[in-house]
Amino acid sequence: MIALTPETVLVRVHAALPEARVELLNNPSPSGQHSLVVHRDDALKVAEFLKNDPELLLDFASNVSGVDYADHLEAVYHLFSIAKKQGPITLRMRTGDRDHDVAVPSLTRVWKSADFQEREAFDLFGIRFEGHPDLRRLLMWDEFVDHPLRKDYVAPDDYQYEPTPHGEIVPKAAAAQA
Amino acid sequence: MSFSPHTVSLSAANGAGASTLDVSLGPQHPSTHGVFRMNVRMDGETIVKLQPVFGYLHRNHEKLAEKNSWLGSMPYTDRLDYICPITNNWAYAVAVEKLAGIEVPERAEYIRVIVGELTRIQNHTAFLGFILGDMGGWGSALMYAFREREKILDLFEWLTGARMMVNYMRFGGVRCDLPVGWLEKARAYVETYPAFLDEMEQLLVGNEILLSRLQGVAVLSGERAINGGLSGPVLRASGVDYDIRKVDGYGVYPRLNFRIPRGTVGDCFDRFMMRILEIRESIKILQQAFAQIPEGPIVNPAVKQRGFKPPAGEAYGRIEGPKGELGFHLISEGGEKPYRYHVRPPSLINLTLLEEMCLGAKIADVMVILGSIDIVLGEVDR
Repeated sequence: MIALTPETVLVRVHAALPEARVELLNNPSPSGQHSLVVHRDDALKVAEFLKNDPELLLDFASNVSGVDYADHLEAVYHLFSIAKKQGPITLRMRTGDRDHDVAVPSLTRVWKSADFQEREAFDLFGIRFEGHPDLRRLLMWDEFVDHPLRKDYVAPDDYQYEPTPHGEIVPKAAAAQA
Repeated sequence: MSFSPHTVSLSAANGAGASTLDVSLGPQHPSTHGVFRMNVRMDGETIVKLQPVFGYLHRNHEKLAEKNSWLGSMPYTDRLDYICPITNNWAYAVAVEKLAGIEVPERAEYIRVIVGELTRIQNHTAFLGFILGDMGGWGSALMYAFREREKILDLFEWLTGARMMVNYMRFGGVRCDLPVGWLEKARAYVETYPAFLDEMEQLLVGNEILLSRLQGVAVLSGERAINGGLSGPVLRASGVDYDIRKVDGYGVYPRLNFRIPRGTVGDCFDRFMMRILEIRESIKILQQAFAQIPEGPIVNPAVKQRGFKPPAGEAYGRIEGPKGELGFHLISEGGEKPYRYHVRPPSLINLTLLEEMCLGAKIADVMVILGSIDIVLGEVDR
């Protein structure tokens, strides 16, 4: 049984999937949680390998978070192995840019636990998870247009005038009172 | 297939002759534990589709944290799962300590275990009252549970100045030491607790109606629970042996002797019993912690709390909260504010399999199934 560190996982991934583009990203923090950056086109088969490989068994995708960087968005997955009681292994996928090329594959079909969390990252960051079974906004309302956790998001100065599903009620109420 | 039950409507979605009823349950339903909505489609009284709707309590907690100092987010974490503020503080502190490589003094670790396990006890006690409410047993059980919970909140108020919004942890320790006499009072209270729990268990578990409402309802396999990201008592009720207190061994838990209860069936009854069994283990932990707690500093003096600047990098830290794995993913650029602050909320992720658990169940069971997961909307919606 191998100890699960990003380095050992990377060796195994390279051995099994030599053509997959996965690289190690160093984390300078004392936490020492280095990440594996996987190219989005290879992410699905790498994820399936991580989950099913008998030496890795990363069966628990605990956390999914979006991150907004200056030139791209990232979806970060924290994977644990409940079978081996080890982890975390940090897996990152990057989008091409922040505006148009914002699709990454959804890993919900591998780990169901990513379902709501990918919806949240889509909602708040605008990362499009291709192949997600139900990619809708999670926390903001459906009619909302922007992605509030992006660094360049500008909050409206008057929340009263945000369009909401109840917006049409206001003129009706005014008409009734006239 | 259109599915927009803003209003109750009859539709012929299941083909010729069959008619189903779409109902919007919540967000003001008393059994949704806050402002949570479920759009359900029923065939008769049987659930054929269920869609949770989130966000009624959304306040962009994570954006607020990015505009705040590192320490400034500590009181905001109280408001995530407001039933268990101390464990929220703890999870955030653990993540920051990972990020900056901070050591915690021994006394502080014991204080954290003591207040953390008291939090677990009062959360699970409140759960016993809530789930009875979900089954229609309004009032008595909840009042019994809240009477006990209030005694623990009295201890928290004495220690921190607030019943719920405690703002108690600091990076590398806790905010203030135990007041004179607190430990004796807490120890005396924990001595009396098993008598209450025995009585409560006898009243509830022997009840035939309770058994028929819980047993065999929403059976969940361990494999599905793992894949769905469930954690905490809900995961262990499905027979999975996974407790972060044991797996990560954070704090002084490796020195304390306790067992991890597990379910055998994975139904609502196992999820219910899991809470009673975990309270009993928490009492064992508390008794050991009371006996072992040393004198000493309560916070790492090297840490500058105000103007705190962790080195650049990132960390994911987690603890076994009363409701499951509570984690924080933090990214620092070396500045006074987090670059990214993400909460891994067990209440939200434990709902991932809600539809799967409810399909085929009766509408009256939906509330019990939701209750058996134990959510708090302050944490679901953030």
